[in-house]
Amino acid sequence: MADEKYETHEYDVIVIGAGGAGLRAAIEASAQGVRTALICKSLLGKAHTVMAEGGIAAALGNVYPEDNWQVHFRDTMRGGKMLNNWRMAQLHAQEAPARVVELEAWGALFDRTKDGRILQRDFGGHRYARLAHVGDRTGLEMIRTLQQHAVHKGIDVFMECTIVRLLKEGERACGAFGYWRETGRFVVFKAKAVVLATGGIGKAWKITSNSWEYTGDGHALAYGVGADLIDMEFVQFHPTGMVWPPSVRGILVTEGVRGDGGTLKNALGERFMFNYIPEFFRAETAETEAEADGWYTDKKKNRRTPDLLPRDEVARAIVAEIKAGRGSPHGGVFLDIASRRDPETIKRRLPSMYHQFKELADVDITKQPMEVGPTCHYAMGGVRVDADTTAATVPGLFAAGEVAGGMHGANRLGGNSLSDLVVFGRRAGLYAAEYAKRSPGSFTVDAGQLGAIARECLEPFERGGDENPYTVHRDLQECMQILVGIIRNEGELKKALEELAVLRERQGRVRVAGNRQYNPGWHLAMDLHSMLTVSEAVARAALERKESRGAHTREDYPRMDPTFGKVNVVVRRVGDAMSVSQEPLPQMPDDLRRLFEESK
Amino acid sequence: MADVTVRVWRGNAQGGAFHEYRVPVEEGMVVLDVLHRIQAIHANDLALRWNCKAGKCGSCGAEVNGHPRLTCMTRMNIFTPGETITVAPMKTFPIIKDLVTDVSFNFQVAKKIPAFQSRPPDAPDGSWRMMQEDIDRVQEFRKCIECFLCQNVCHVIRDHEGKKQHFAGPRFFVRLAELEMHPLDTGTRTGLVKEFAGIGLCNITKCCTEVCPEHIRITDNAIIPLKERVVDEHYDPVVWLLRKVLGKR
Repeated sequence: MADEKYETHEYDVIVIGAGGAGLRAAIEASAQGVRTALICKSLLGKAHTVMAEGGIAAALGNVYPEDNWQVHFRDTMRGGKMLNNWRMAQLHAQEAPARVVELEAWGALFDRTKDGRILQRDFGGHRYARLAHVGDRTGLEMIRTLQQHAVHKGIDVFMECTIVRLLKEGERACGAFGYWRETGRFVVFKAKAVVLATGGIGKAWKITSNSWEYTGDGHALAYGVGADLIDMEFVQFHPTGMVWPPSVRGILVTEGVRGDGGTLKNALGERFMFNYIPEFFRAETAETEAEADGWYTDKKKNRRTPDLLPRDEVARAIVAEIKAGRGSPHGGVFLDIASRRDPETIKRRLPSMYHQFKELADVDITKQPMEVGPTCHYAMGGVRVDADTTAATVPGLFAAGEVAGGMHGANRLGGNSLSDLVVFGRRAGLYAAEYAKRSPGSFTVDAGQLGAIARECLEPFERGGDENPYTVHRDLQECMQILVGIIRNEGELKKALEELAVLRERQGRVRVAGNRQYNPGWHLAMDLHSMLTVSEAVARAALERKESRGAHTREDYPRMDPTFGKVNVVVRRVGDAMSVSQEPLPQMPDDLRRLFEESK
Repeated sequence: MADVTVRVWRGNAQGGAFHEYRVPVEEGMVVLDVLHRIQAIHANDLALRWNCKAGKCGSCGAEVNGHPRLTCMTRMNIFTPGETITVAPMKTFPIIKDLVTDVSFNFQVAKKIPAFQSRPPDAPDGSWRMMQEDIDRVQEFRKCIECFLCQNVCHVIRDHEGKKQHFAGPRFFVRLAELEMHPLDTGTRTGLVKEFAGIGLCNITKCCTEVCPEHIRITDNAIIPLKERVVDEHYDPVVWLLRKVLGKR
């Protein structure tokens, strides 16, 4: 065989990414009796899921028995400005409670109600207190539970192993090509089914809550083999990231602060969110401070505080306050829980926020307000998948979690990500295993294909280039932050595309020093390929959607346009060019549609 | 903006030395920011691990001026202005390159700890009932971010290479304590704690507790109660006699 020069492994299913979705997918695939490998860029248990703070949304009805999947479904669709894939939103709302209970069966310990059940907390856009949580470290609890469960399931784990390209045989995905970080040596995986669970794209922006791994690898891998990406224009800027000191700018401040009673204030001390209630949410939002404060304890008599409007609304309001000169000293706004809850409650409910501000900013959140501002947080867009099976448009390829598109529409509600990971992670593992079982025995990987990828990866060592990968990355982040940020317009998006073309050309001249052993400069040079691909997809999709909806705000088209409400923007590779088109949304059946009419 | 001088250990399994770098520092920076600046300006290939930069993933542990710390949570303003700062890899684990060490020992131990086994559900809907006060202690253990700084400072692991086969280390005493005290878990692991995990080798110097960035009271809340359980089950003369008489193991 021609590919003997590379270390080669053969599996039925490979899962790329070991956050919540990847771990859950691997557990499920392995439970179906197929040979499963889990491949991750970092050490096991370090994936971005550990940073999730507030909780996992599931209509358990433990705090409000009125809650059920229909209400959760409705909240999710309205939060996504009705652009969600309705079937994904339905499956998610229906299956999330069982996935939460399953985590408990595997050892997770959620905070409890007085009668010993799983406690649920309030979060933006959720009608009832719905987020199962562990203080403000829910993601850690989830990843550790899944990790500890997975290590006994006979899954082969490849840690610190980065996948750079997917392999194809004819039209179907049949494996992946990557390298070991430790040695820099290449490795080939042959597989009957490939699950992408690589997370998001936030590292293309300067101010971000995302870790170094979030370079859009899965999006770029899928795009590279011709799979469709949808909704790439929708990038969520979480309204509350730290703004000071400069070196921690962007680190997340959980929405749980507001869920537990914290409120946003401007420099004048005004609770400004009351001035930014959009028509779409007016009927369900409190108009006075008294009503908003009453809502925390009595949801029947009061409507939800505007501090907990969906994230896109809150982020835009904060930007507007800062623009109007009513921001905080370091260019954010204030988030105050100190004057609203006692120190003991704050420390018990929000221990890592207390810790984070104390250690990184010298701020005691039980005594002083926090300073916060928007930070790039989450990609709603991603690989287009079949709702039930998570199958991408390329046979043999599946996607779950943040890398998949459709579930969250134009904007994701807080808490709906952790539940998305386990609901669709499980489905991806299940259907990838089924697909693998149906697939014929062996296939060949074209040796020429492998050689070309390897040569491309090694170019930064060999070419006489003059670009530093860190400098190109910094300039890419500046470009995306300024030109493809929260508020967009046609001129800036076109300028961004021009700058991205220049950056792409500069990436071709990147040179790295040293050798292949654990060389972060070289790793970044390869990650730049993914980041540039997704950045271009976001900019092109944002240019195509000539309206403002959810997380996508166009100052030149400030309103929602019903015609754009009927389509997804689809990005796909045609030859070597990126094509952008509008394609109709899947149509919601009438029985679900009625949920929106009844509950106006 | 002032400059700072940093000495970073660079090398691999074959050997290495400290290299000196000078980089600008701004208000609020942490040691990890300084390392990133060195990477960006002077040494693209400086190897280090990091993920979240917010003290939640436990990837960026190193020895800063000799103290094991998460570099992302170590503010530069704790040092005297003008002081040269030294950053070295965790000493206990084999070097891979620069600040990156081979921590695979920890993942091997993790595999040997039997999985959580829950009791049957308490309610017909498949759920359980647990009181908050019964899980507070276990939640403390589950705060562990697996930075392995406790493993790094534990002198049983650090100074006695041969003991690694018979000693799990503080991180896994925390894990075992968590399972032992979990209200739903039905497994018994005291035999394991004594034999494979080797808890008897710990002489409670509390080095692990001191370096824990999550402030888990490893010695007081995990190790000592485990030691007591081992004593109760394996060395209690009454239990021993009963076992002899009743023929139970």
